Amino acid sequence: MAIHDLEDMQLTETIVIDTTKDAVVIDGVTKIFKKSRPLLRWPRSEQKGKQREVHAVDNVTMTVKRREIMGILGANGSGKSTLVRILSTLLIPDTGRVTIFGYDVEKDERMVQRLINRVSVEASFFKKLSPMENLIYAARLYNMPGAEARAKIKSILTRLGIPKDRIGQPLEHMSRGMQQKVAIARAFLTAPIVLLLDEPTTGLDPRSKLDVQTFVEELRADHDATILITTHDMDEAEALCDRVAIIDQGRIVAMGKVEELKRAVAERLERTTPVSMNEVFMHYTAAHHITDADIERYGSWEKPSKRTRPRKRMRRSK
Amino acid sequence: MSSLLHQGRASYAFFERNWNLTKRYWAWEIVWLVYNIVNALAVTFIGAAAQDLPGTKGLKIDTAPLILFLVIGTAVWSYLSVTFEGVTDLITIERWEGTIEHTFMAPISRFTHLIGSCWYAVAHGMLFTFIQLFVVGAFFHLDLSHANYLTAVFMLLAGSVSFIGFGIAASALPLLFTERGSQMSYIVRAVLLLVSGVYYPVSVLPGWMQPLARISPATYVLQGLRAGLLENKAVWSPEIWSNTWPLIITGIVSIPLGVFIFRIAERYAKRSGKLKRNG
Repeated sequence: MAIHDLEDMQLTETIVIDTTKDAVVIDGVTKIFKKSRPLLRWPRSEQKGKQREVHAVDNVTMTVKRREIMGILGANGSGKSTLVRILSTLLIPDTGRVTIFGYDVEKDERMVQRLINRVSVEASFFKKLSPMENLIYAARLYNMPGAEARAKIKSILTRLGIPKDRIGQPLEHMSRGMQQKVAIARAFLTAPIVLLLDEPTTGLDPRSKLDVQTFVEELRADHDATILITTHDMDEAEALCDRVAIIDQGRIVAMGKVEELKRAVAERLERTTPVSMNEVFMHYTAAHHITDADIERYGSWEKPSKRTRPRKRMRRSK
Repeated sequence: MSSLLHQGRASYAFFERNWNLTKRYWAWEIVWLVYNIVNALAVTFIGAAAQDLPGTKGLKIDTAPLILFLVIGTAVWSYLSVTFEGVTDLITIERWEGTIEHTFMAPISRFTHLIGSCWYAVAHGMLFTFIQLFVVGAFFHLDLSHANYLTAVFMLLAGSVSFIGFGIAASALPLLFTERGSQMSYIVRAVLLLVSGVYYPVSVLPGWMQPLARISPATYVLQGLRAGLLENKAVWSPEIWSNTWPLIITGIVSIPLGVFIFRIAERYAKRSGKLKRNG
């Protein structure tokens, strides 16, 4: 059994991880959000039976192996970010269990927090502070001494193409792309063993996207990191991911290697020419299958009721 | 030992971050300081005008002790307000900036997070108060020849401990109520202002309200501070001790209770998804 000590993380106690275990195990996880009711409201102000629950994640089961780059593909509102938040200890699932190298995200919260880091779609920073000030703050939270952190921050930011004279300037003066690179630098600073990237390249120009993708690959190569990335950029998924899972309305509707999924879709569509990843995505999320008959049968497609959600439509395409 | 070092380092991270934010928002700090000074002056001028107020015409009133009474009230109130706001804002600011999830994901104890934010609030409040006291004192030519400044600082620090507990508990409100939680925490401050004898002796309050004064830490801070600044009472004098031990007890109870309440609120926020910035 391979045991790996995280000595370089500077964190307090030595964390022992079993590297033969899967890095991430998600087992039957469901998360339902209830829309809050106003404290004071007129009687009968709401329509009877109006949907007040949103199934953000619906009985998801999947595993990510150590050193794997796993892509979660899904449309806006499909449950990608909720899943990442659960993995990040920021949300508690209603049912099911999530473990990171065997540590439960709910019961072993602090241990999991030492193993992971996350980059979210919006670069979350104190915008008046400089990259250096923001990253020093992050480094200290992860038990890194100031002098060591400063040297490391300069090195990572420079590698990511942030000019030296901008490192001390407020982040609010930086472009979104630059801010996102600083967010990625913050995650890399703590050398996470599992890195969660929630649409890290959304809104970036092609060159910045490529920089980020290169850095992600380097992180895996140099630090043995396991990476879970959510995206709706099919090219990025194809370029980076060893495997992808497609999520739709909170459910995993397809999972496998990119080439496997392409082949499966081509066969089902009886196509002899190769299908693109976009076609794979459209096929499994089935948005193009909506017909007038569907709308008549299920009501408005914008807000399908839970009871009549057309799950069969998705399963049909598996 | 290494765990303590980590928690100490993390605690310093909050202090350093808040200091950096104060430097970047320096204009807002000046506005807030001027606002506090103007408020303090407005209240203290009531004391200066005591001889000219309706019902006091012809009476010989020595306004100096009344002015000093009000100056101490405004200074303490300013200190407690700034400190309390510094504590309750720890969630509001992070939600506003969008950093709350990053901070809550860090491998640190919630106690470290909260205390780390609090000790900057105490230092910030202390600085504000002494500047305000200096400026307001210049307007009224106060006689502080009998003042014991060591007692003043001691009472402010002792009061901070219990106020931090109240602040931590109140900071759970922005966690639960994403839009108006911050404003809801004002009610806690307003009640403390009403019952603690900031601008008047507690004895003028209706009988049913006076027990509330006994559980407010501000009451003891004010009594101790007035004894120190007006009567030159030393830290070890019985008068000061009689106001110190209630503050110690309030602190011992309110800090763990505040952290406990906060943790319950955090768990609720993680279950309901309210940790997210836009709720």
